[in-house]
Amino acid sequence: MADITNQSLNKIIENVKTKKVSSTELTKAYIKNIESAKKLNAFVTTTFDQALDKAKQFDNKPNFDQLLPGIPLAVKDLFCTENTKTTAGSNILNNFIPSYESTVTKNLWNNGSFLLGKLNCDEFAMGSSNETSHYGNVINPVGDQLVPGGSSGGSSSALAADLTPATIGTDTGGSIRQPASFTGTVGLKPTYGLCSRWGIVAFASSLDQAGPMTKTIKDCAIMLESMSGFDEKDSTSINKKKEQYSKNLKDNIKGLKIGIPKEYRVDNMPIEVDELWEKGKKILKDLGAQLIDISLPHTKYALPTYYIVAPAEASSNLARYDGVRYGYRSNQGKDLIEMYEKTRSEGFGDEVKRRILIGTYVLSSGYYDAYYLKAQKVRQLIKKDFDDSFKKIDAILTPSTPSSAFKIGEKTNDPVSMYLNDIFTVPVNLAGLPALSIPAGVDKQGHPLGLQLIGKALDEQKILNIGYAFEKNCGFKNEIKKWWS
Amino acid sequence: MSLDKEKIKHVAKLARISVDEAKVESLTKDLNSIFKFIEQLNELNTDKVEPLTSILNQSLRSRKDEISDGKIRDKILKNSPKENEEFFVVPKVVE
Repeated sequence: MADITNQSLNKIIENVKTKKVSSTELTKAYIKNIESAKKLNAFVTTTFDQALDKAKQFDNKPNFDQLLPGIPLAVKDLFCTENTKTTAGSNILNNFIPSYESTVTKNLWNNGSFLLGKLNCDEFAMGSSNETSHYGNVINPVGDQLVPGGSSGGSSSALAADLTPATIGTDTGGSIRQPASFTGTVGLKPTYGLCSRWGIVAFASSLDQAGPMTKTIKDCAIMLESMSGFDEKDSTSINKKKEQYSKNLKDNIKGLKIGIPKEYRVDNMPIEVDELWEKGKKILKDLGAQLIDISLPHTKYALPTYYIVAPAEASSNLARYDGVRYGYRSNQGKDLIEMYEKTRSEGFGDEVKRRILIGTYVLSSGYYDAYYLKAQKVRQLIKKDFDDSFKKIDAILTPSTPSSAFKIGEKTNDPVSMYLNDIFTVPVNLAGLPALSIPAGVDKQGHPLGLQLIGKALDEQKILNIGYAFEKNCGFKNEIKKWWS
Repeated sequence: MSLDKEKIKHVAKLARISVDEAKVESLTKDLNSIFKFIEQLNELNTDKVEPLTSILNQSLRSRKDEISDGKIRDKILKNSPKENEEFFVVPKVVE
């Protein structure tokens, strides 16, 4: 029998529906793949027994009308899962077993899927290479020396290696789109407020957003439809009618106006990134879209703004890890304060500590106006750049990242060079907009590169449609050799 | 501006993170390079710009003041590193 896992989610769902494959067969096939891919280190926790039980339950009483009928899914270990350990990639949560389920994963399970395991990620989603995880580096299936991107690196690696038919990640500054780009897969950061943040380990609450990571655009639409929706428990959740993204997917983009921002370039950007962008423009133009040059003048200030706003929010959010109510506690401190200090020092890794210190400093007495308030003002200007441009265009096309996947260890000694990896993805989070990374080609070394489509708030359908048309005409095929098994 | 070691130790105190003396040097270097990067924002005049406080075009919802949850003490205590029947236990605070 042909490999039942080396397919799109859509095709797998079709195979389940037409009874070509049972949920149990599918689950067993993924378990086998996962067990032979330990080298990739994509999983922190596996839930095989539980998954096989759920698969059996489905096969005994199948409901084929669901969006994800009998589909096993692994998810980023930032989503709280009831009775299954949730670590956020941190030592400080190495023993945390939530007694509740995040809304987004609950939505997935309500649509017929079930948990296969929890995927490695950068500690508290702070990183661009999955090298800050307490549970070790994740390897990119594209090459054994390459990072899978971050922070959703376990997610991108597992997806590209056929260890899950689709997955979900979170994106605070590019953590879905950059790993998608590095692994030749599709990643969508939805509009802020479209997917509930309830039950997701918080990093920077005004920027965090969960979203799908998939092999195709159609899969992405199916997953978005399954996971999104209004949630009372998230005060920033948008109350709107649910959309049928997969049913409404259309590949006709004639007449759409696509903005090309002149600021999305960096010094020493590999020529392939530019060439790929040109190729993307040509594909959309040939499909009848109109290209319009635009300017987003404050783009270069997005990263510095982000490195005030995100650490500030993180320092507040991570204050809860005190060793008292849950998580790791140091046995070193002799009084309460010392217990806090030792717990946090031993529980957090270097990058997380760095960001907590930055955040604490920019919010501290006497510095608030100079840093945090200043950043909130610049954030307004960045949002205004997008608002002004979107008066005359439907979507924006840019490269997803300034380079392809880099080598493990290449950027770990220089935090700023690591941060620069998110230069094209961060502005979107600051403005709360949806953005899609689509695999589009490879560089000289044969490593995948992605292009990014940015939409207006709540215009997910339109960027998915453009992506759908693009995908059909781009001819990109992710050729990954399974060297690890 | 630049951060010196004393300042960093003070901020670490505020953040309740003990910093290894041996690591203060490299932390100072890293944080200063990050702040140099952040301070590009000073090129911009933002005197007349309103700070962005929410990216959503909606105000916070109100809800009825009703109890919707509760009686889950055991669930809450379940993950505690140290508890005593119905309380979290911490090192002695008062003599």
